[in-house]
Amino acid sequence: MTARSSARVGPLVAKHGPIPELDIDGLLDDEGTRIVVCCGSGGVGKTTTSAALALRAAERGRKVVVLTIDPARRLAQSMGIEALDNIPRPVPGMTGECEGSLDAMMLDMKRTFDEVVESQASPEKAAQILGNPFYQALSTSFAGTQEYMAMEKLGQLREDALSTGRWDLIVVDTPPSRSALDFLDAPERLSNFLDGRFIRLLLAPARGPARLMSAGFGAITNTLSKIVGAQMLRDVQTFVAAFDTLFGGFRQRAQRTFELLQANETVFLVVAAPEPDALREAAYFVERLSEERMPLAGLIVNRVHRAPGGKLSGDQAMAGAERLEDLDEDDSASEVTAGLLRLHADRVRIVDRESHLRRRFAAAHPEVPTAVMPALATDVHDLDGLRLVGGLLAG
Amino acid sequence: MGEGEAVDWGDVRLHIVTGKGGTGKTTVAASLALALASHAKHVLLCEVEGRQGIAQLFDVPPLPYDERRIASGPDNGGDVYALAIDVESAFFEYLAMYYRLGRARKALERFGVVDFATTIAPGVRDVLLTGKVYEAAYRNRRHKNAREYDAIVLDAPPTGRIAQFLNVNSELAGLAKAGPVRRQADTVMTLLRSRRTAVHLVTVLEDMPVQETSDGIEQLREGGLPVGAVIVNQVRPHALDEEARDKAIAGDLPREQVEQGLATAGIRHTETLIDTLLDEASEHSQRRELEDEQRAHINDLAVPTYELPRLAGGVDLGGLYELAGELCDQGMA
Repeated sequence: MTARSSARVGPLVAKHGPIPELDIDGLLDDEGTRIVVCCGSGGVGKTTTSAALALRAAERGRKVVVLTIDPARRLAQSMGIEALDNIPRPVPGMTGECEGSLDAMMLDMKRTFDEVVESQASPEKAAQILGNPFYQALSTSFAGTQEYMAMEKLGQLREDALSTGRWDLIVVDTPPSRSALDFLDAPERLSNFLDGRFIRLLLAPARGPARLMSAGFGAITNTLSKIVGAQMLRDVQTFVAAFDTLFGGFRQRAQRTFELLQANETVFLVVAAPEPDALREAAYFVERLSEERMPLAGLIVNRVHRAPGGKLSGDQAMAGAERLEDLDEDDSASEVTAGLLRLHADRVRIVDRESHLRRRFAAAHPEVPTAVMPALATDVHDLDGLRLVGGLLAG
Repeated sequence: MGEGEAVDWGDVRLHIVTGKGGTGKTTVAASLALALASHAKHVLLCEVEGRQGIAQLFDVPPLPYDERRIASGPDNGGDVYALAIDVESAFFEYLAMYYRLGRARKALERFGVVDFATTIAPGVRDVLLTGKVYEAAYRNRRHKNAREYDAIVLDAPPTGRIAQFLNVNSELAGLAKAGPVRRQADTVMTLLRSRRTAVHLVTVLEDMPVQETSDGIEQLREGGLPVGAVIVNQVRPHALDEEARDKAIAGDLPREQVEQGLATAGIRHTETLIDTLLDEASEHSQRRELEDEQRAHINDLAVPTYELPRLAGGVDLGGLYELAGELCDQGMA
């Protein structure tokens, strides 16, 4: 929310000119590009877009791993990742240049969290943490855990990539959050909490020295235990005590991942649909990225309706359709033509609205290269579909 | 209504509207609120995700943590109030309701307890949000002069999270074994599971949203939560009959008929225009075919179904009235 209340960032005065085009193939072919992060608000087609980009990069010779968050079942099946086991697996059915490869995986948030705990703590302590009711709730239902774990997994994949040379490009899909910004904020929020004042406060009794037990502390734990119940507060305290030695590690990891996102090898692609809400989120995200000095490669606008050929306007088409329907003659030529004209009018209206929205976005963010993905007549749920999407994105 | 008999939602006091991101959940919630209000009712429309989606739809300034009238009918006295529930305000209101806070508020903020309780502590956030909705629906004695509503419409979190969001009260009851949170959680749960509540799911006729709708219904039922209707949004126009659609897909729509039709309509026809129209028809028909497949899946869910058209010009206030009218015509309100 902080980013929203701060000032908008833009050119202040619109300059007229063409919208710069996003060169997808240039981006994917560039050896310097090691991480591509696809972000955007929910329902704009991030997962399909990231899978399509990963496939295209692989078939152009990159060694790619794609981390998806929540793919449609049929798409997951066709990519061979319907088993949620947190391990990247080769995608069957690849073609193209032989040195390229594509692995895919689906994020298992709880398992990722568990693995971090297991890798950081002694087996004994790890078991203690994993069994704690508060940890179980935190690792499955805290709103920011998924974002945090996506970042954690990205860090792991990159370490793997560096040490084994198995991949030279990581494509990351981001969790379906309300706002695209959650993805940047959640890890910080979680590590702030794990490292923060409140935790130290909860730890105080465990550590003993009575002088820390100020009156303020008593009031707070008292209030808290009244609200959430003493049992839960005890769970939290046990969790915190067991987790204590890991906090520094978490903070460091979050910091490292954040730096990774700022590095030159990373590019962000903001995905949006040509709708006011999605483009508004995209605008916030674009502004935020520049504030954080994170490398934005461009905007992908999904499901854009293609402008129809010919010059028949929507109003003319509508008038024509009405004229045919008024004739009230029972001949199929008139009936079908009226239907076609109505469809055309509908299409023109949608195209007008979408291009208006896109122009408005471009006026506010003229520096953002944009790629347009036309709306398809059918859904995408196999490699052929992804290949088609990749091709259309590349223009 | 799609299949089956008309359903009377008259007993339902709390309409919870969920849907996958991008399906138009907020639009549908707002239309439903307007439709209910059109029968001279007082309706409260709530949002809980801090998005200010209602303010944007109705083109009014951002909503505070307070009930504001955002729409009223011409002469029948029906109106819609809106409330944007933010979790921090709900937290302090809740504390004020049960405890004398005094200076503790400052201490709570300073030590990050508010942050902890509202963002990290699992479930507390959702408990506070649902608790506030409950409070609005069933005013307690502390609010003697409070406005009473005939119906509440909640623009709820998305389908993937809805069962968890609504069931959080029972989950929390498991974690917090005593205390006022526990007591409140139990009361809220009783309302949510009663016949006074209906959870409606918004979808579009595409693979993934329909799948999520079906999963969502299953999860709601498992949680003992009352499934309301499925509202199919953004339905494409039915401009061609089935025969014409089949021909359009096969590329068999006769050009000369279109040419003749255009001539009758007084539109100058060019080869490009006819190609365009035939292409559009084919694309549309393919989409419609997929839509029909998805519609069949929805019918299998055996839940009352309503359909709202895709508004080519986008959703503005006029569009909302149009959609609300559709919901009334189809008997949802």
